[in-house]
Amino acid sequence: MDTSFVIATFIASAIAYSVSLLLGTLGELLTERAGHVNLGVEGMMLMGGACGYVTAVKTDNLLLALFAAAAGAALGALLYAILTVTLRANQNVSGLALTTFGAGLANTLGSTVAKSNTPDHITAFFSFHPFSLGDVQNPILRFLNVSLLSHDVFVYASILLAVFLSWFLFKTKEGLSLRMVGENPAAADASGVNVTRIKYMYILIGGMLCGLGGLYIPLVLQRTWHADITAGKGWIVVALVIFVRWHPIKAIGGAFVFGALSIVGMTIQQFTQISSLVIFNQYIMVMYPYVLTIIVLVITYARKKAWRGPSSVGNSYFREER
Amino acid sequence: MFQITKRDELPTWQGVLIRIGSILAGVLLASFIIAILGFDPVKTFAALIGGSFGSSSALINTVTIAIPLAITALGLAIAFRMKFWNIGGEGQIIMGCVFATFVSHNMPASTPGVVLILLMGVAGFLGGAIWALIPGLFRVYLRTNETLFTLMMNYIALCIVQYLHFVLWRDPAAKGFPKIKAIQEQAHLPMLFGVHIGFIVAIVLGVLVFLLIRKTKLGFEIRVVGESAPTANYAGINVRQVMLTGVILSGGIVGLAGMVKLAGAVYTLSPSITGNAGFTAIVIAWLSNLSAPIMLVVSVLIAALEQGSQVIQIKLNVPSAVAAVIQGLILMSALGGEFFLRYRIVRRKREQSKSQKGDA
Amino acid sequence: MSETTTPVSEFAFSMKGISKTFGSVAANEEIDFEVRKGEIHALLGENGSGKSTLMNILSGIYQPDSGTVFVGGERKVFHSPKDSIQCGIGMVYQHFMLAEPLTAAENISVSTGGFFVHHKKESAAIRAFSEKYGMEIDPDKLTNQLSVSEKQTVEILKVLYRGARILVLDEPTAVLTPQEIRALFRVLRKMRDGGCSIVFISHKLNEVMELCDRVTVLRKGRSIETCDIKDIDAYELVEKMVGRKVDLSINRPIPKEDCKECLRIESLSLRDPDGYVKVNAASFTLNHGEILGVAGLAGSGQKELCEAIAGIAPVESGRIIFEGNDIAGKSPREIIRMGVSMSFIPEDRLGMGLVASMDITENILLKDYSFQPGVFLKTAPVREKAERIVKELEISTPGVHHPVRKLSGGNIQKVILGREIHLSPKLLITAYAVRGLDINSSYTIYNLLNEQKMKDVAILYIGEDLDVLLELCDRIMVLCAGEVTGIVDARSTTKEEIGQMMSGTRYEELKGGVDYVSNH
Repeated sequence: MDTSFVIATFIASAIAYSVSLLLGTLGELLTERAGHVNLGVEGMMLMGGACGYVTAVKTDNLLLALFAAAAGAALGALLYAILTVTLRANQNVSGLALTTFGAGLANTLGSTVAKSNTPDHITAFFSFHPFSLGDVQNPILRFLNVSLLSHDVFVYASILLAVFLSWFLFKTKEGLSLRMVGENPAAADASGVNVTRIKYMYILIGGMLCGLGGLYIPLVLQRTWHADITAGKGWIVVALVIFVRWHPIKAIGGAFVFGALSIVGMTIQQFTQISSLVIFNQYIMVMYPYVLTIIVLVITYARKKAWRGPSSVGNSYFREER
Repeated sequence: MFQITKRDELPTWQGVLIRIGSILAGVLLASFIIAILGFDPVKTFAALIGGSFGSSSALINTVTIAIPLAITALGLAIAFRMKFWNIGGEGQIIMGCVFATFVSHNMPASTPGVVLILLMGVAGFLGGAIWALIPGLFRVYLRTNETLFTLMMNYIALCIVQYLHFVLWRDPAAKGFPKIKAIQEQAHLPMLFGVHIGFIVAIVLGVLVFLLIRKTKLGFEIRVVGESAPTANYAGINVRQVMLTGVILSGGIVGLAGMVKLAGAVYTLSPSITGNAGFTAIVIAWLSNLSAPIMLVVSVLIAALEQGSQVIQIKLNVPSAVAAVIQGLILMSALGGEFFLRYRIVRRKREQSKSQKGDA
Repeated sequence: MSETTTPVSEFAFSMKGISKTFGSVAANEEIDFEVRKGEIHALLGENGSGKSTLMNILSGIYQPDSGTVFVGGERKVFHSPKDSIQCGIGMVYQHFMLAEPLTAAENISVSTGGFFVHHKKESAAIRAFSEKYGMEIDPDKLTNQLSVSEKQTVEILKVLYRGARILVLDEPTAVLTPQEIRALFRVLRKMRDGGCSIVFISHKLNEVMELCDRVTVLRKGRSIETCDIKDIDAYELVEKMVGRKVDLSINRPIPKEDCKECLRIESLSLRDPDGYVKVNAASFTLNHGEILGVAGLAGSGQKELCEAIAGIAPVESGRIIFEGNDIAGKSPREIIRMGVSMSFIPEDRLGMGLVASMDITENILLKDYSFQPGVFLKTAPVREKAERIVKELEISTPGVHHPVRKLSGGNIQKVILGREIHLSPKLLITAYAVRGLDINSSYTIYNLLNEQKMKDVAILYIGEDLDVLLELCDRIMVLCAGEVTGIVDARSTTKEEIGQMMSGTRYEELKGGVDYVSNH
């Protein structure tokens, strides 16, 4: 077996796998920057995935599908925002309720397209790899081509989005306002920032990104729908936000690491002499992202004098109560 | 113009009314969504209720579903009292089952049922307690956020049970079908009124948890720690010790819920053994305001939704996932309704004449 | 009602007939408040008189139930702080409104327009702007690394930088040394001379007399009087604030001659959980029957010192000797078991000391339950005790089963004080015992402390009002950045002396080699 080819394919599938994680992470990151931890990511990804996929199957129109995915997930985010921003409900429980609701709705909707496949036009769009070098012989180029350059537009767009969000957060006034709301909404309010607008807006945008991430799974990765198709990715996203320390650029790397860890078990199965060891067993290896998250979590909170994320996360803001 | 102000005091009946009102609002919202999805909401709800309470067999099924939910909620509520966000119920249930299964697999077939059941109960408690204690220790000694830690522990437990299911404990007698061997037959919980005696366990635990929280020194300490850890520390309460004790009790009871489900209803450990009870129980505990008696009642209602969802699937061809939609919406409106317990909206009088006078 | 004969435009802003009710409490009733252009106007009143509510209405945080706000003669309705800011009103809050992990420049520039953030350009502009007013600040520093007075500078810059012409300062001097206060006054006068209008909220009369041009006194939600400062004196002002004649002197009994040592602290050091040094090699003694005051800027280590003595905060090194026994590093329970009876009344009563949502009985139980035998909790005997405390200290509450969070600040303080005094401690530590209390309640507390002193209790009194410290205490210890800069006799020292020690000058440097004053 050609090891370098196996590795290149592995990197390629890790990247493909991590797209939905990246988008979800960027979405949850914006939400947390606004001071809200939304444990409903799994629900929103499912809602986005179902709405988008049903639209894709019914219309074979990618733009409509993307729109439907964003809108479906945004609906979930809106419910969460009404509960936690306006009605000041507990963020943890609201997020869990959103996951229950979102999963239920998605599975109900999705069951109508359960036996369908991704339609042709959309498949064609995702088969187009803009940077692909085609058939190259040079081993290094071939490695790069297979691992990094043979991806669809969506993959590169989501990486660009991470770069854009990083610029947005740290180089624009709106980004500064968002960060300030997450740190101290009372201070932001006193400075004339419209706290409610910021919170609603970025919880909603965050939801949309989760929805788009959710859509990528049935549309491109699995090319069909089945119940609970996100299989816990939404929970990994919540962990990833901490792993990347609330920074969009780091989310690119973080999502890749988690994507790679999630599928490395499958790849290693090809090497029987290794996979017979318990720690390389595929069922054990799927555990590693979670273990890694715990390690990062522990380090993040144990480090002294360290920033532990936007400080108002978890608390509701009531202007007259501060 | 509307304005939000904080409420001073609310008569109990008004509070109850607001809660019932918000749950009804949730039902209405759910009906609306069901209608949008193209089903008849009235028929759906009728079938839900009929399918969960309509016959004695339906009722038995409902109670059977409610038992692990109630026990899990009772356990989680202890942690929530301390503001320890134990959302690791799923993992603790699984580990309770894993430990209990291990005991059953390794005890001689001659072991009397009572002994085996008691041993499995202890093992189940231990399994859940250990799974909760790990994040508990990190929270207490290293300030690690327990919400995400317990969440991750769910997935690790799931991975472990998958490994057991597909590899380590795979039953060779199952002819290639991946499956763990069922527990010994004498370990099955005895039946009473057609339901396994887990319901007695749930009721007894309900009373015990109520007494613990309200009437014991430990319960007082748990409440003080939850309200204000600095005050607890100030009053000489050993916050770490209380929190760890609470976490052990919480996880242990949740693990016991797993063991009860295993020995009372499913008999076989599998990756899907929790049936999402760990998450659903969070909802139950919260809806019940962490009060033990209310949790018992709410568990039955939520179980009715799940039981009824099987019926609507068969009878009306409504996907059973609709039950989750209803459950989610009811919880959301109950959560939203709490706002009206704490605040009220007043309409501000526009005093036109007065403000114009001021212009002079 | 003051009749306006001058044209409206002479006023920077005016508030007319402002009323605001919270639940059943009328915080503002028909208040009229007018501030001229280019004046410093004091807003005076006790805690709970409605000052904060009125200013929160001006800054758009609350909407009034009735009444109107005019800015520059025009009627305005503020729905949010943003509307108020747009009218050129800037509020400097007592509890700073700063996002801590952000830089000073970011905190300042968030409220200015534009789309992009140019870090360098903005820092330079802010630096230049601050120098214009004689303020010094490093805009690129993270806010959490600034000292308290620097944070206040940032707050003031924040509102000035966005072009505010009307400034409201809520108790700005509470966190400053006398020297810093003088510097602040210079800045404020400069702003006034530049045409700004300043509302100065304070309860320190001498500051009001020194700085302000006019004064408005509020009492129980109503405006009592507005007049020129030169037409009134401090005694009249107090009378108007409280509603009757008040003797402002605190009775200070002379400590007995032969008092034994109660507490000896030997080079005590400790860090907070983040690893910052909070108390550095502090040493002092405290005798029975004496009040030792502790002065220092907020965050100079007072809180940590108290908590270390009470066994709540971990000690890094040093000894805490209570009547001959070293209690350093012991937990509160261990300290009690050693037979040490001390009581600590922390600064944030509802955050530490009391459980806000529990009732009075349960809060009193907090200190008693651990002595009860068995696993079960017994509330009956404590209920009687609670009723006794309520009666003795005249706590106004519907009953002993009323949650303490619903009591007024003064009554909350009485609950905790009553509980602690009932344990008859030999050492009483109080941190900011009168914070948030009205004048009457404050004097009740001073009397209670003096009563305890006469019962030979040793009292460590952490204070923020230097005038009170000077009048109440026997000796005053000054802390600066966790170090003891001096211990002086309260009867002979001056505010200036204490102020210099608060900003880090050691007593030896001040006196040139004279040793600490001790009362032996």
